[in-house]
Amino acid sequence: MSDLATKGVTVSLGGRKVLDDVDFGAKRGDVVGLIGPNGAGKTTLLRVLSGLMAPNQGTVTLEGIELESIPRASRSRRITYLPADAPVHWPLRVDRLVALGRLPYTGLWRGLDDIDTEMTESAMARTDVLDLSDRVISSLSSGERARVLIARALAVEPEVLLADEPVSSLDPYHQLQVMELLQDVATDNRIVVAVLHDLTLAARFCDRIVLIDDGCIAHHGLPEAVLTSDIVRGVYGVETITASTSAGDFVVPWRRIDSVDQSS
Amino acid sequence: MVTLSVVVLVLFIASLATGHVSLPLIKTLMAAFGDDPGMLGLILVEIRLPRALLAIIVGGSLGLAGAALQGLLRNPLADPGVIGVSSSAGLGAVLVIYFGIAAEWELAVPIAAMTGAAIAVALLLGLAGRDAGPLTLILAGVAVNAFAGALISLALNLAPSPYAVFEAVFWLLGSLADRGFTHVWISLPLTLVGWILLATVARPLNALSLGDDVARSLGFNLSRVRGQIVLGAACCVGAGVAVSGAIGFVGLVVPHLLRPFVGHEPGRLLIASGLGGAALLLAADMTARLLPVMHELRLGVVTALIGAPFFLHLIVRTRRALI
Repeated sequence: MSDLATKGVTVSLGGRKVLDDVDFGAKRGDVVGLIGPNGAGKTTLLRVLSGLMAPNQGTVTLEGIELESIPRASRSRRITYLPADAPVHWPLRVDRLVALGRLPYTGLWRGLDDIDTEMTESAMARTDVLDLSDRVISSLSSGERARVLIARALAVEPEVLLADEPVSSLDPYHQLQVMELLQDVATDNRIVVAVLHDLTLAARFCDRIVLIDDGCIAHHGLPEAVLTSDIVRGVYGVETITASTSAGDFVVPWRRIDSVDQSS
Repeated sequence: MVTLSVVVLVLFIASLATGHVSLPLIKTLMAAFGDDPGMLGLILVEIRLPRALLAIIVGGSLGLAGAALQGLLRNPLADPGVIGVSSSAGLGAVLVIYFGIAAEWELAVPIAAMTGAAIAVALLLGLAGRDAGPLTLILAGVAVNAFAGALISLALNLAPSPYAVFEAVFWLLGSLADRGFTHVWISLPLTLVGWILLATVARPLNALSLGDDVARSLGFNLSRVRGQIVLGAACCVGAGVAVSGAIGFVGLVVPHLLRPFVGHEPGRLLIASGLGGAALLLAADMTARLLPVMHELRLGVVTALIGAPFFLHLIVRTRRALI
């Protein structure tokens, strides 16, 4: 049984069905890669899972309990959402920004305590941004910035981490670092759902892949079952190269199908 | 924060000692609270004290509301004027001056101004709706502002006598002269309500630095936060404008000035900006009293005269950071 699940979720935005009767499930301990073409509904599904958006039909449950009936305060500690290209509106210091992840644990009369500081620092250590502690966010490179924002999400110590394109602005070194980090978070008996565009990374690091196309789950399952050349060709319209090496299997998108049509 | 509190206290005492009649402060204080206050004691307690208290009340409100609104709208150009509260309160006051009610009843102006502010908030929340984003709120505020401004112009246009126009315009320029403890008591309760509403949004304001989605995922009910800030700003600024008239630039400049000192955190800026607003208005009011001109300068004129060039300087200096 899935720990985080949707049943029959349908979302319409401006008269268009963005998600249509989606049954999604994720288990604790898994990194779930949410993949699909642009505009397929990945971000919408992530927002529905986080409770930021209520579906027009269907339900979202965490451990069998409907998301809507979980009090706001406890939900904010259990689920955290890391948007893609999130703005930071003021030039905040990095350590103060990461500490914002501890806000669900504070109250009007309760500020940050030692545990919060500890969690903030450990989150920063895990994303390799401790050195940047006293820098100002607006002075960082986009890769450093992305890692700081991931640290903010980790500081919540959530059961469910929902990350929208967490590696899109990173160099290969830090892409691998963040993917390892997501795996590491998940092995801690948490659920990680990440929207990814890099099929190679998705195939390597995800325990399960959910492929969304045009508002529906087209395929789901183990990476090797979903990321086959037939399925990728059908959904993305690209030819892939797959290969087995001694280090493992990999899949690389290679050529657009219509470009092949034109040349022949 | 401590430094700011000290500055406010020093300015408060200085404000008591400043005026046309020079007072030996300690001696007068003793006399004022003794059996026979005497002329000087009366000046201190009945004229200077309420004036200094009102400067703190109004200045603190403007600073606090400015900081809260800039944090909410994440727009450094926001100030209490942007949600239309100041101009609507002004409209209320102009109307009672226009109909001559103000001359008959001293409290008519403050009460009408507060009513105007209340109507503005109702309109704003109605126009912007429950789930309004920052831009919708700003646009709705601009609309309310423009409409109130148009009605003020209309009232001045149709005014029965030049005297009424004169009085209304003068009131709109803002001043703390000739205010007594009645004014303090009438503005204090609503001001305090507003201060409490605004001082308790520090956490959601900090969360909002990361955008609406993250703030909501951190557990904050944004429509409630928006309502609380708009209502809080309306309460304290409305109550302030009601007794002082419109005073510009404090709510805009003070948060800007203090932001670097609190690490740009919108939550920590709140109280700092409130204290800064109080300090600035005390200083501006003393300047207005001390300048050797025939008619005492209006407070709104002084703050704008100091504020505008200073603001320009600030923009030039921080041009890179703003973009």
